[in-house]
Formats: sequence, C-alpha cells, structure tokens
Amino acid sequence: MTQQNRLTSGGRIDRSKPLTFTYNGKQYQGFQGDTLASAMLANGINVVARSFKYSRPRGIVACGAEEPNAVLQLGATEATQVPNVRATQQELFDGLVSASTNGWPSVDTDVMGLMGKVGGNMMPPGFYYKTFMFPQSMWHTYESVIRKAAGLGRAPREGDPDRYDSINQHCDVMIVGAGPAGLAAALTAARGGARVIIADEQNEFGGSLLNGKETLDGKPAAEWVRAVVEELGTYEDVLMLPRSTVNGYHDHNFLTIHERCTDHLADIAPVNQVRQRMHRVRAKWVVLATGAHERPLVYANNDVPGCMVSGAVSAYINRYGVVPGNELVVMTTNDYGYQAALDWADAGRKVVAIVDTREAAVGDRTEAARKRGLNIISGSAVIEVQGSKRVTGVSVAAISASGSKVIGSVTKLKADTVASSGGWSPVIHLSCHTGSRPVWNEEIVGFLPGETVQKQLTAGGINGQYETAAALREGFDAGQKALVEVGLAAAEVVLPQAQMLKVAAPMSLFHVPHLKPTSQAPKQFVDYQTDVTAAGIEIACREGFEAIEHVKRYTAMGFGTDQGKLGNINGMAVAAKALNQSIPETGTTVFRPNYTPIAFGAIAGSHSGALFEPKRFTAMHKWHVEHGAEFEDVGQWKRPWYFPKAGETMQQTLNRECLAVRNSIGILDASTLGKIDIQGKDAREFLGRVYTNAWAKLAVGKCRYGLMCGEDGMVFDDGVTACLGENHFVMTTTTGGAAHVYEWLEIYHQTEWPELEVYFNTVTDHWSTATITGPNSRKLLAELTDYDVSNENFKYMDWKQITVAGVPARVFRISFTGELSFEINVQANYGMHVWEKLHEAGEKYGLTPYGTETMHILRAEKGFIIAGQDTDGSVHPYDLGMGWCVSNQKPFSYIGKRGMNRSDCTRENRKQMVGLKTKDPKQVIPEGSQAVLDPKAPVPMPLEGHVTSSYWSENLGHSIAMGFIKGGLDKMGETVYYPQADGTVIEAEICSPIFFDPKGERQNV
Amino acid sequence: MLHIYCPHCAEYREEEEFHCAGQAHIARPLDPEACSDQEWGEYLFFRKNPRGLHHELWVHAAGCRKFFNMTRDTQTYEIKEVYKIGEQPSVVAE
Amino acid sequence: MSDLNVMTPEESAATKAAVMNQVPGPEIQGQSPLHHADLESLAQKGPKTGGVHLRELKLLGHLTLRCNAENAEQLAAVERVLGVALPLQPLTSAENGAYSIRWMSPDEWLILVPGMETFDIETKFRDEMPGHYSLVNSSGGSTVLELSGANVLEVLKKSTPVDLHPKAFPVGKVVSTLFAKSGAVIRRSGEQRYELVIRRSFADYIWLWLQDASREYGLVIEA
Repeated sequence: MTQQNRLTSGGRIDRSKPLTFTYNGKQYQGFQGDTLASAMLANGINVVARSFKYSRPRGIVACGAEEPNAVLQLGATEATQVPNVRATQQELFDGLVSASTNGWPSVDTDVMGLMGKVGGNMMPPGFYYKTFMFPQSMWHTYESVIRKAAGLGRAPREGDPDRYDSINQHCDVMIVGAGPAGLAAALTAARGGARVIIADEQNEFGGSLLNGKETLDGKPAAEWVRAVVEELGTYEDVLMLPRSTVNGYHDHNFLTIHERCTDHLADIAPVNQVRQRMHRVRAKWVVLATGAHERPLVYANNDVPGCMVSGAVSAYINRYGVVPGNELVVMTTNDYGYQAALDWADAGRKVVAIVDTREAAVGDRTEAARKRGLNIISGSAVIEVQGSKRVTGVSVAAISASGSKVIGSVTKLKADTVASSGGWSPVIHLSCHTGSRPVWNEEIVGFLPGETVQKQLTAGGINGQYETAAALREGFDAGQKALVEVGLAAAEVVLPQAQMLKVAAPMSLFHVPHLKPTSQAPKQFVDYQTDVTAAGIEIACREGFEAIEHVKRYTAMGFGTDQGKLGNINGMAVAAKALNQSIPETGTTVFRPNYTPIAFGAIAGSHSGALFEPKRFTAMHKWHVEHGAEFEDVGQWKRPWYFPKAGETMQQTLNRECLAVRNSIGILDASTLGKIDIQGKDAREFLGRVYTNAWAKLAVGKCRYGLMCGEDGMVFDDGVTACLGENHFVMTTTTGGAAHVYEWLEIYHQTEWPELEVYFNTVTDHWSTATITGPNSRKLLAELTDYDVSNENFKYMDWKQITVAGVPARVFRISFTGELSFEINVQANYGMHVWEKLHEAGEKYGLTPYGTETMHILRAEKGFIIAGQDTDGSVHPYDLGMGWCVSNQKPFSYIGKRGMNRSDCTRENRKQMVGLKTKDPKQVIPEGSQAVLDPKAPVPMPLEGHVTSSYWSENLGHSIAMGFIKGGLDKMGETVYYPQADGTVIEAEICSPIFFDPKGERQNV
Repeated sequence: MLHIYCPHCAEYREEEEFHCAGQAHIARPLDPEACSDQEWGEYLFFRKNPRGLHHELWVHAAGCRKFFNMTRDTQTYEIKEVYKIGEQPSVVAE
Repeated sequence: MSDLNVMTPEESAATKAAVMNQVPGPEIQGQSPLHHADLESLAQKGPKTGGVHLRELKLLGHLTLRCNAENAEQLAAVERVLGVALPLQPLTSAENGAYSIRWMSPDEWLILVPGMETFDIETKFRDEMPGHYSLVNSSGGSTVLELSGANVLEVLKKSTPVDLHPKAFPVGKVVSTLFAKSGAVIRRSGEQRYELVIRRSFADYIWLWLQDASREYGLVIEA
C-alpha cells in the first residue's frame, strides 16, 4: 500500500529509511522519524478505535499525549504485549506490530456498533450506577459483557522479557518541557552553572518549534533548537532526557520521570539495556514549561474520523510530511486555527473554508489567509458533520455573537477533514499534582496554574503565552530567577529574534450551537475516550449534580486514560452553561499523577523477581540449602522450616526431628534472633524499666528471660538477656521483633531518659548461633571444647566464654525445648566452621538438624509462648499465666506496669492462656479455631476464646494446643468445643499448657 | 515525598530514610501510678489531628537513627522547622 | 584478656564489659558474608573490562564506638589508640594508614581496622577510654564492598536516594542511607571509588542487586 497522504518533501522524517509496520494484521510502510500515528495517517487509515460506550468509529484527533482515540495495543509476541499506547507518542520502528483495542470483532465491522446505536439511548450518564448495581449479585454477569464491549487493551499473559529500573537524580533546576520556553530556561540555567535536568516526552527537543514554519533570527527555528541542544550537551551538569515524560510532581519538588529508553528501537530492548527507566528527581527549583493543548470544539458528530484539532493538522504536515486528508474545513474561535489552513494550502491540497466563529477578527494570521484568497466564513460555525467512518461534509451556519444559537441558514460543504480550534488549554496537570488549584483566566480563555507552596516557576504556554517570542522571554526569566534562587549569578543569554505576530482576541466558545436543542441534536462529544456528550452533561446537571467533581464522576468525564486532556474544559463549560453560571463559579476538576499511563514494569523497576524483596541469610544458609531444607519466611529472613529426607511427608519429618531432640540431640540455626548489645553504667536500670521482671541482681555470667510490654501493659516481645559484665548485657529478641525492639529502646532513651548512661548497638548479624539441644548435647559440646561443661561447672542459665571447635564462643545454657541445651554463639565469619564441626562430631549421636516448625512443637510441649503467635497485643503477662515474670518490687514504674493495672486489665473473666487436649487424641485443632461452651447454641454463639498454637506431638502421642479461654485458669478440666467450618465439632479439655516434663527437670540435668 | 533536613546529619534527605513516630512532646507521666485510668488513657491513646501546624516526632531510621521534632503543615506538607529533642518549637499555631 | 570463667566472684563483679578475642587461630579460615559468591573465581574467569569494578574488602575488624563528642578526655584517648582524631563533623571520615573512622551519628563512629588487630585495639580502648562509652565488635555482622569505575555513580544512583554529585559528596564523605531495599554506609574513598559497609544478612541481596544494576555497564570483579 502506498503512503497516499505523504508529501514528497519536507518534515523531519528520513525518506531514505522506510520502516514496515503492522496494524490490525495488515502491513504498511512509514519512515524513520514517524510516529505510529503519522505513519497511519500517511497510509490513509481512518478508523483507529471504536468508542467505549456507543462503539462509534474513531480516528486520530491530536498529535501528542492528549490523543484520546488512537490508544493501541502493541507487541509482536504474547510476552511483549503493551496496552494503552498512544500512537501519537509511539515512534515507528521496523517490525512494529499494533492493533486497535476497542472493537469486537474489528474496528471496521463492529457488532457492538449496531448494538451501540440502540444501546446508546439506553445508556445515559449514570447508566452503570443505575442499572448494573442492582441487584448486586448480577454484577459479574454484566461485567463480562461490558468488559468485552469496552476492551481497553489487555495485559500480556506471559512474563515481560524486558528489564526496567529507576535512578535517583538531584538538580538545581528541573525543567519540564523542551519547547521554546523550556529550552530558553535550560540554556540560561546551564550557562549560569546550575545542575539542570530538562525532560521532554517527545523523541527530540523543540516542542512547538518543530511543528511549524516559524523562523528564529531569520532561520528555521529547528536550527536554533539544534544549536541550543548542542550547547546543553557540553555542560557536565546538564542532563537532557528526551522520550521522557514527567509523570508526577510531588511534595517538596520531588518529580518522577518516565523515560522510554528503547521503546523506539524494537519490540524487545537490546541485550543488557533497560526498556524504561524511572527518574526520581529532587529539584531545588522546578520550571514548568509544559505548553498547552489545543481544545477541539464541541459540535454535532465531532467524533467522525477526519475531525481533528487544527494544531495537529499543522504538525502532521510540517513535522511528518503528512497531509491527513484532501479537503479541509477549519473551524476556529481564534487566530491560531488559520495556521492549519495555511499549511494545508502550502501542501497543495484544497482548503474548502475557514469558518471563524468571530465577526471580523483581524490578526496577522487571518490576513495571511485572506491574502492567500482562502474562503473565510466569519461569524459562523460548523454545526454538524456528515459521515460515518470518515467525514464527507459539514453543515455551516451563522451563529449569534455570543455563540449561543444558530441565527442563519445552513450551508452544506463537501470536505473530508475538519480542523477545529477552540483555543488552548495550558498544560497545568503537573501544577495540580502538588495540590494547587487552577485559576480561570478570561483573557486567555483557560485555566492557569494556581498558587503553590512549591519552589515552582512557569514559563510559556502554561501561562497562556502562545507566541514564541513571549515563551522564549518567559523561559529566560525563569532560568534567571532559578539561578538567583539557588545562589548562582545571572547568566548572559541573547534570545533569538522571533516573528512578532499580531493576534486578535479569541472568542470564548466551547459548545457550538445546533438547530436542535442539545438533547435532540446528533451527539456532540466532549470526552471522546469515555463517550461523554454535551447532552450527557446537561442531563447530569438536570439530575441535580452541581459540583463539577460530581458531574465528572456521574458522567465519567475525564476518567479515561487521557484524563480528559482535550475534553475537561469543554465539559466544564457545558456544565457551567447548564447550571447558568460562569466557568470559575463552576470550578474545575484537578489532575493527579500519572500524566500519561505507565507500564507496571516501569513502576516496579528492578524490584521484581529475585530482587522483589531482600532475602536475609544466616552464615549457615548454604548448608541448609545443600541439606534439603524447606524454608519459612520470618520477616525477611529465610529460616529452615524443616529438613525432609527423601520420601518423607512434612509430618513424618517433624515427628523424626522432635523425637531426635527428646531422645538424643538436635541442632537449630538460631542466628536470626535479634541481639542487642547494651553497655553503660545504667544498662541494668534501663533493663528494669523496659522488662517486666527484676534485673538488679542478675550476676555477671548469668542469663534471664524477660517479657517486654507496651505502656498499655500488653506483651509485645520476649527473650533472654545475659549479663556479660557489670555494665554490659546482650539482649535477645524475637526474629521478627528485632528492629522494633531496638527502636523502642532508642526512643525511650533519646526522648524520655537521656540521663541514663547506656548505649545500644545491634549485633544480630555479628553472631552466628547454633543451638544444640537434647540429652546428648553436653557430650557433643564436651568433645569440641577443653572447658569443663559439667552441670556443676556450667549450670542452667549460665553463659560461658569458651572455645568451641577452635573458635572463641559465648555459650548460653538456656533452653527453648525443655531439654539440656547450649546456644553456641561465634562471630558469624566462623559460624559455618563451628556448624560443620558440630555435625561431624555429632554424627554418632544422630545429630538432627531441625527447623522452625519442630522448634514450635517442642516449645509448645513445654507451654512456652511465642510472642506474636500466642500474643496479639491484647494480652498481658497475667493473661499468659506468666505473673512469675512480673516484678512489683521495682521502684521505677516500668513500662507496662501502669497499663497492666487499668481496670480492664484486672477484671474478672479475661481471656487466659491454657493448654487444650482434644478428646480424640489424633485430632489437631486448627489454629484460630474459636471456642464455645455449647456447640448447639444458636448462632451467633457466644465465643469463649481461640486456639493460638496447635500441633501433633509425636513425643506424647497426642495432639497439643495452646489457646485463650475466658477465665481459663479457673476452668482446668472443663470441656470446650471448637466448631469447624465443615460442620464438625472438636471437643477439648482445658489443661495446663505444660504438656511435657512439668517440673522442668530435663533442662537442669 | 517529603524532603527532610536531619538536624543531626545537617543535610536534607529523602523521606524514605525516616519514620514518623507520631505526635511530639508527649511526655511520659513522671509518676504513672498516680494517674487515673482516664489520665493514663489520654497519655496513651489521645492525639491531636490538626489541619495546619502539627508538631511531630521523627527518627532518621536509615541514617543516624536519632529522633528529632518537626513542625509540619498537614495541609500543604510544608516543613516549617526541625528541632532536637528537648528543644521547643519556634513556629507554633496561633 | 579477662577470662570470666576463671574469675572470682569479686573479679567478675568488677568487670564492667566483656571483651573477647573472637578470631580463632590462622588454621581456621573465616567466611565473609559473600563467601558463597566465590568472588575469587569470578575475578579470574569473569570479564576484565567494564564500567563498574567490585571488590570485597573482607574480614576487616569493624568496631562501633559510642561516646561523647564533647568529652575532651575521650577524644584524646581515641587519638592515642588510633593515632587519628575522631571526625566530629557530621558525615565525614578520617584515616590513619589501615585505620579508618566513619562518622555515623553525633555519638557514634564506625572504626575499620585490619581483622587481626581488632582484639588488640579493643583492649587498648578498654585501657585508655575514660567515662561512659561503648565499644562493640561487629566484624562478623558486616562486610565492605568497594565499587569503582567509570559508571560507578550511575550504579550508586540507581541504588540510593542520596545526592552523590561531586559538589555534594566530596571524597571522604560518609552517609548511612538506604541501598535498594536494604541499607549501607557509603563512603567516597577516591575520585571514582566508593566503599559500602553492608550487613551480613543482606549481603547476598546487595550482591544480586549490584549485578543487575551494573549489567548495562559491565561488571568487573576484583579479588
């Protein structure tokens, strides 16, 4: 197929580099330098989408980020599918594969289109709320049909082969937009020696200067652009980011930039390169030079392919050498619309008419058109378009001076393209992101950025300055201001001479009148992407929606992926008219990040797959992997969960591991427990304030278990603390609680008790801990040390500094299994050595590695709690039956003491920790099961408590459980019931939670 | 995302490095036992939620790990000042 | 070395802090946190050119000193032990031969020394330092990665939110900050050279992260 709309010369494309691309399965050709949209227009592709609600054919309207219709699906393979790509922003590459997304089975023959014609009337605004929400149970049925009809692209079903990342940037001046204002600001700031970042969403810098025939200093504007870019490239502290959309502007001048590094090269990024990168920028000053979007006018059938905004028509002609039609009608409320007609005529195609809604406007552009002999129809409007898949003609009629009604007879003109211009809307999106409310300006007929607390400057089109000379001047001023603000001297810049064109005042017109009332006229679209019409907004207003935010939500205006970049202001104007008030009275909705849609990959960056979340390993991790451990996540730690042998079920493994500990010896990697080194003469006093029990008399060489409570008296962590020296302790915490406990100690020290002489340091990672436990553990330890580890010399709750397997160690004789146990701590660089030596020597005892699950079972047999499993922030030590661990003799009112004495904490019938023995010894109560006293009671049954820990105990030959029962400590021997989801009921007897060795003899041997 | 000046490191850092630890200047009662349940409950649970200036306790968690105070406008997110523990704010609500 | 196990109760009670030589004899080789990555082999087999160079400075002595920056006696004692004064300006460092000191906090410094000297220096501190202070050996809990090369800044910028521009981050500057989803103490040790002190348990994550972040520039492992 030939590029029927391509000019033989001109534009910024390289005709010597043809590129082949596919659209909806058909091959076409474009050139290097094309966007997908310009290449589609060159090939005469009219229909690029079917509309969301009415399924009407839609064509390309604009040429940038504001494009509402040409939102395509890209991807040559399943894995590289990308939805939501604006064809106007996607550069063409060889082999690009694209498809339309709205339209089932295809955009050209759409089944839904036929339905839409009927359904459209059935789908007024608020239709979804009104219809599909009732009955709610039917939503899933409705949804599947609606989704199919909507079809806004799809996610790939295979993993994305590309890589994404993010990078942190800092600068003095961040300039958003590289049009005339942005480039002038960047040049000024760069010459002044500032650290500058300038980003632009297009493939090359220049902005509007690349779209026209403007001259600077008498030369084509593009030459000035090239010189500026070249100069900027010579500064070390200037970062230029083309193909980079500043998609978010956050507090304190933090901006995110979405850079498409390789999207323009191929379907998949080249080897080792990232496809897209997020720049996270912290800028001292920000210059918004984002320009403006041209507003289309709202007229009947204004969505027929061939209806475009006038600036886009010029841009396609001048930048891409594409004339998107043959016979043009321009409708404009301002001078700028004339440019499209001039460019069209220059391209050698027919300008049917310029329809100016104003009477007798005289500006330099209007006069140029007059001199060209173009047909100008003043005081009139295109009130309706004919055609379905392409414009075939227009109806023109004279309108009143205010633009409120048609006053003349209708003339029909033949045309295939309508370029409309309702004026410009400054691109204030980013300024809104930080919470600033836009302000209406009558003179420019648009919203300007409002007041802000950010260190933000604006320049050019965003301020309503649409002439190049003014944009350059404002950019220069912003650059100078930024330089001064960051403490640098002003820079020397001579701005290029731009043409000074006289511009006549624009007319404030948004919604073009029709012969019929809006509700009866053919559809006049406000928001193409969400199919919101002027009539729809009027209905919303009639139904009582007065706040513009409510109108927006009721009609879905601005809810598309384009966020209503073209339509919002028109919608507000229609609403204002319907509500009989002014636009500023009606107000505006604001914009949120992101400015344009962003791939999830770019948001996730490198934080995916193996790098999604840090995995923390102990010094013995490699051994665990090599010995077949299954791992459990405890916080970010990977802890061995159990060590299955070939053919074992998990329960068989646990049974074997538990028996080994009770009968001979097991070994646990306990390195992940939090460890905090505490030094200072007030260390002991501090411990007394943060633990519930007494620490004043703990001797050097001794260990003690402690409970930690919040000020509310509720347990939040526990662990053993050893006295290493008179002023020196090491505290252990739960694995998951380590960071919290450390911050807890610091906050009390720094904010409440700074007078206490104590320092805390985390040593969790410094020590490796191998716990050997079981009747044979002393024998094993004795083999690896010269030290006398007899019970007389090394007592329960002692710690000793000895050498184990040749490595200096601190060995704590403490026990979490109830067996004789030694926790061997060595500097982690030697952890693996000691671990391996223990295994070598332990083989003859059947030394069995076990993981967290066996640890949990063994401690539950002893009734030891696990903070965080058996506690949930609502239980105090007495609830846990651990009053023995609370000292009321301490002079200082330690943390938790007052809380524990609140009336609610001392009342009767609090839930208390008990043991639970099932009537059927084989039954294991699921953890979390709720206790009732009468399983036949009517629902909702009164709940008596719940199970927190529950296991099969191979040692005991029956199940064991711990849990809470109201007043449980006084209910020993009573029966409770645990109804299950499947209707069965488990019966259990309340008992002591200490199921094994109740006198604690085994750990003392 | 806030840009926070750490008074101990003496430079601006990203908010990611910090944790907010709630309202500042909540002193633990010197004699908890003398507090009624209501007084203790107020110390524990009741906090201001102003629209405008708020004094907050922050910690430079990923940096020097020191706590400090911050006066922040909850509407605009402007940070009016930071000051060390034990110091009083110079910017206060009217 | 005070051996707690053979002390009388009186001696034991007088022991303010426990100090111990934690390093065994030379017959037992320590395993650094990146031991499993076998950087020696990678250094031999891997590429010799690339934009980023990585070297593990392993098995150094890491000592954390907490003391009072306004206590002249303590400052003098530190200088006697290390031959260099504590850096008191926030985010700075000091060096004396193989010793380096990093400012961590107004009352905290990280002192790196050759691994085999650790206990000796700890003992000297215990002899010299007056007043309230703490000294903690954390040698097993962390390691040092040295990153250098033409693209080292890019890799660091992908990893940490701190401003690393030469104007904002001169040679010798130290920051404790986030590093990807972990943390690091970053010190600029040369024009294009940085040292990261990272925690043992996160070492493998950071190793994976650095490989990923440097992929587009080429990573050279040095041993």
